[in-house]
Amino acid sequence: MKVVIIDDEPLARMLVKEYLQVYPQVEIMEECGDGFDGLKAIQKYQPDLIFLDIQMPKINGFEMLELVENPPAVIFTTAFDEFAIKAFETHAIDYLLKPFSKERFDKAMQKYSLQNATSNKVQTQSLLDTASQSHSEHRVVVKDGVKIKIIPLQQIQYLEAADDYVKIHTAEGIFLKKKTMQFFENGLPAQQFVRIHRSYIVAVSLINKIDHNEKDSYLLLLSTGTKLPVSKSGYIKLKEILGL
Amino acid sequence: MAQSPFFTGKFTRVFIAWWLIWFALQALLLYWEGFGWRIAIIDSIVFNFFTAAACWLVTFTFQFYLPRQERFWYILTLSITLSLCIVFLSRWVLQLTVDDNIIYLTMLKNWLPIRFGIALLMIGCMSMISVLWYTFQDQQETENRRTTAQSLKKEAELIALRRQLQPHFLFNSLNSISALVGTKPEEARKMIQQLSDFLRGTIKKENEQSVLLSEELMHLQLYLDIEKLRFGDRLNTIVTTGEDIGKMKLPALILQPVVENAIKFGLYDTTENVTIIITCRIENNNLSITVSNPYDPETAQSQKGEGFGLSSVKRRLYLLFARTDLVETQALNKIFITTIKIPQQI
Repeated sequence: MKVVIIDDEPLARMLVKEYLQVYPQVEIMEECGDGFDGLKAIQKYQPDLIFLDIQMPKINGFEMLELVENPPAVIFTTAFDEFAIKAFETHAIDYLLKPFSKERFDKAMQKYSLQNATSNKVQTQSLLDTASQSHSEHRVVVKDGVKIKIIPLQQIQYLEAADDYVKIHTAEGIFLKKKTMQFFENGLPAQQFVRIHRSYIVAVSLINKIDHNEKDSYLLLLSTGTKLPVSKSGYIKLKEILGL
Repeated sequence: MAQSPFFTGKFTRVFIAWWLIWFALQALLLYWEGFGWRIAIIDSIVFNFFTAAACWLVTFTFQFYLPRQERFWYILTLSITLSLCIVFLSRWVLQLTVDDNIIYLTMLKNWLPIRFGIALLMIGCMSMISVLWYTFQDQQETENRRTTAQSLKKEAELIALRRQLQPHFLFNSLNSISALVGTKPEEARKMIQQLSDFLRGTIKKENEQSVLLSEELMHLQLYLDIEKLRFGDRLNTIVTTGEDIGKMKLPALILQPVVENAIKFGLYDTTENVTIIITCRIENNNLSITVSNPYDPETAQSQKGEGFGLSSVKRRLYLLFARTDLVETQALNKIFITTIKIPQQI
């Protein structure tokens, strides 16, 4: 059984390692100090289980998980207070609140081994959907080739649906994220972003002009010069948010 | 701005009653002297009206301008000038109104010094009352500000303990201790000691208004040592102080939130090793403390502003010193610098 430990505090990693000593089937592939190394290790070793801290440098545990293609089973190790983590209780394999005892740790391991691999993965996926919605930071994390790019929300001009992906348009270029439009519509702050069309979400601050196109159809002009179609329901939402 | 005493209805009522009594006394006096009711009443109305107006004017002026130095001379000059004005103004008005009684007019001229004396006395008294009133108001305002500052400090401490120490600092530290117990029990014991000393210091300082810099730095060192144990090689700190600076004073628990902010900012905004530099020096009789940490200008905007730490420090310093320029932040080439200035009481 392959395991990766991701935590920015060396002593915290040491503790997990120590607790894992009594499990002969466990093979610790790598210990990582941040999400970037964590992501690389997960891609390299395809572990069965990861121990993941939430508060970490640059990108947090949730943001790292979002970037993993086929996320493994996760046990969170965190000092977050219980309220913050309660929402994910039903989705994660388990979460260990620091400091945790050996007994508590063994219980989490037991829970993991009782469930089969598929159900574990399903859980991680549904965890992610919950996590990013209630945990939306002021930014979006994407993979740009091999690099990880952090996009602050104010740099996003508009989002465009593209099959399984969403294209994120910024002044620096276009970035792809494997998510649905629904995911972004729920996650982004409603005062700053509005969904004007099945395939488009725009930043409210960039709206320049709404043009009447044909009968019952409108075009939105952004201050960057981009023109986007507006659907009927999108027009109603636009009118509401702009106070027309 | 201070409130005028006339704002309270009671004061205004006493003021009016006072002048009615004086008006009656003066009119009666003149009547008994044999000037007849008409002259007695006109004379009393004119003189007392002008004096009352001058008294009101003094109070009104002091509301907007009351010098801190040479206050006595300012009041005396103002009173004399106003009294002279009243005497001559009232004489002029009375001369025009009552022009048929020679005895009265002679009396008016001869009694000028007495009228002057009365006016001066009245205005002087009113000035005294006003000065006392406004000084009292000023003191009360300072007192209010101090109590707010105190309660805010308490609040800040509670929030700091609850929100910052508990979930992240405290629990993570305990987790580190738990890790050390198995392999390095000696170090675990040392860390428990440091953590206890740090917490004890925090609780003790709740009751103190200002502390010596040397004390605060000792307390800070405990905090830094614990953080270094937690983050290992990633965290370096450099603390430099000028000579003789340990005697400087600063508000209790003001430095730690700033450093905590810098550490958080530095550790969670970059993945490299982080050096936090803390410099203390004297600058124009102010204690100036600079805390610098590395940061990433590209992603920093997305962080949640200055965080609770800095804004509470700013607010506390404002309440203590009534200045808003004591906390400054600046970003220089991937280094974020926070400077706080603590004015030293002479």
